[in-house]
Amino acid sequence: MNVRNYCKFEILSLPENISFARACVGAFASQLGCTIDEIEEVKLVVSEAVSNCIIHAYENRTNEIITIVISLLDDRTLEIIIEDYGKGIEDIDSVLQPTYSSEPNRMGLGFTFMKSFMDDMEVLSKPGEGTSVQLKRSFLTKDNEAYA
Amino acid sequence: MDVELRQVRNTLIVRVEGELDMLVADKMRSDIDKKMDNNEIKNLILNMEKVSFIDSSGLGVILGRYKKISSKNGRMYIVGARPQVEKILYFSGINKLVSMCRNEQDVINLQGR
Repeated sequence: MNVRNYCKFEILSLPENISFARACVGAFASQLGCTIDEIEEVKLVVSEAVSNCIIHAYENRTNEIITIVISLLDDRTLEIIIEDYGKGIEDIDSVLQPTYSSEPNRMGLGFTFMKSFMDDMEVLSKPGEGTSVQLKRSFLTKDNEAYA
Repeated sequence: MDVELRQVRNTLIVRVEGELDMLVADKMRSDIDKKMDNNEIKNLILNMEKVSFIDSSGLGVILGRYKKISSKNGRMYIVGARPQVEKILYFSGINKLVSMCRNEQDVINLQGR
């Protein structure tokens, strides 16, 4: 599938950068002509993924790097890759269970939101090396097939 | 992000403004808890009319305050959530724990019954 547009940026693992990251991805994804509701869902997904990097991968250290790659593909598909170089996930299956949380008073909904609002989610992780979350969503509908 | 706290009898009214993510979740949690711990608070009204975004960090703060309030046999209300925020609240199931109301007057009417 051809890449129509592409953007890659890095942020420090500061909580201030979560809103920056979701706003950037939302603005870039809007080139696909999706609705405001759809953009809001994409922003939520990015917020969850970047928060996970800060809280879990880097255990709230603020001087680490998070990489965000956004691709707009030919058939109105959005692909987002969010990568950290933190502690990694030992048991991906258990982390992906709904309401799993390593901390009380967190709802464990991060990955559930990502799975629910995207068509496809893949989590690649190596303990001690980091995690890459790859998310895809197509905005192709019968009405706008002409775009593809 | 602004958090305004006001106490009316044993009810704490919290008016939040802005985007409720991890950056503001900690401050909001400690602001509310400080007020709740130092005063005779039984019920909590969270006014979300001016909240434009919420993610699971924000939901975590709401869930935690709900647990605290219900341990005092109090009630918690969420007021005025915008459609995009309301959708996430329903998705998380928080609407089953906390009463969802249109505005603060609705809560007062509900409490009066």
